[in-house]
Amino acid sequence: MDTHAAALLGAGLAYGLAAIGPGIGIGIVAGNAVQAMVRQPEMAGQVRATMFLGIAFTEALALFGLLLFFILFGQA
Amino acid sequence: MILAQIVQVPSDVNEMFDWPALLPLGINRVVLLMFLATIATFLFLYLPFRKPRIVPTKFQVAVEAAVEFVKKDVGREIIGPESVKYEWLLIPMFFWLLFLNILEVTPFINFPPTSRMAIPGFLALFVYVVFIFVGIKEHGLRYFFKTIVPGGVPKALLLLLVPIEFISVFFIRPLSLAVRLFANMLAGHIMLTVFFLTSAAYFVLSPKLLAFPVPFAFAVVITGFEIFVGVLQAYIFTLLTAVYIETSIHLEH
Repeated sequence: MDTHAAALLGAGLAYGLAAIGPGIGIGIVAGNAVQAMVRQPEMAGQVRATMFLGIAFTEALALFGLLLFFILFGQA
Repeated sequence: MILAQIVQVPSDVNEMFDWPALLPLGINRVVLLMFLATIATFLFLYLPFRKPRIVPTKFQVAVEAAVEFVKKDVGREIIGPESVKYEWLLIPMFFWLLFLNILEVTPFINFPPTSRMAIPGFLALFVYVVFIFVGIKEHGLRYFFKTIVPGGVPKALLLLLVPIEFISVFFIRPLSLAVRLFANMLAGHIMLTVFFLTSAAYFVLSPKLLAFPVPFAFAVVITGFEIFVGVLQAYIFTLLTAVYIETSIHLEH
């Protein structure tokens, strides 16, 4: 395999694999936030802010993968 | 002439990453759009309060509600009573990012300047300097020690924790702050481009004419989604700035 093909393959794999973990993580964050909101509707506003914060931290990993995709794609 | 350049659509996909300079000093379309957003932010925050009325106009009510949202739900909720000292940063930053992000779905412009790394990168560096400065101002040089050495941890674990804390606070924080905004807007812009171009191509290629509403419907739905993402990313950037300043003020947890 030449480096061109390897870079393209790596680019695809990098983003695909990087999306798995944050996908699961965001699901857990959002699911638990919904549970919290249902149990204590009066806290919904605060829970929502915390949920977005949690999603933002989790999502960063997937976005690093996206960045890696562009870097590797530029190498190809 | 400048207006024509702002409205102009690049003929080539590569121009999305490589804008030719239009004016001296390397001013290109992205910089012009940034000036546009800056002027919009200034007018948005200045006009309603130039002559504040007892019985406010509708515009003044809307701006007051938005500013109050940043003050209360972002500032006071996260930082606490000291948030008044940091509103000079939070409020203009939120609206500037909001206008920059909204340019993504503005007709005839359709480009978010935040999808170029320079703007999120500069803002993240600025926030980095601010939260380290606040930490040093509040705690002196003990700030660095207290940040990277968490309290109430067994001595043996510190070997593992100190490098992790150091890297996560002083390297990953500004990097992830910039990359989050940048990659979200870039991904949204590429997604919109792909779907609109697909529907345009299907419309032009007559054999596939019947299929053209499918990508177009996606494009319309994603336009709505991108408005949401633009507002959300401006909110999250401001929220995280507040969180970082708060962790610099209150070290013990």
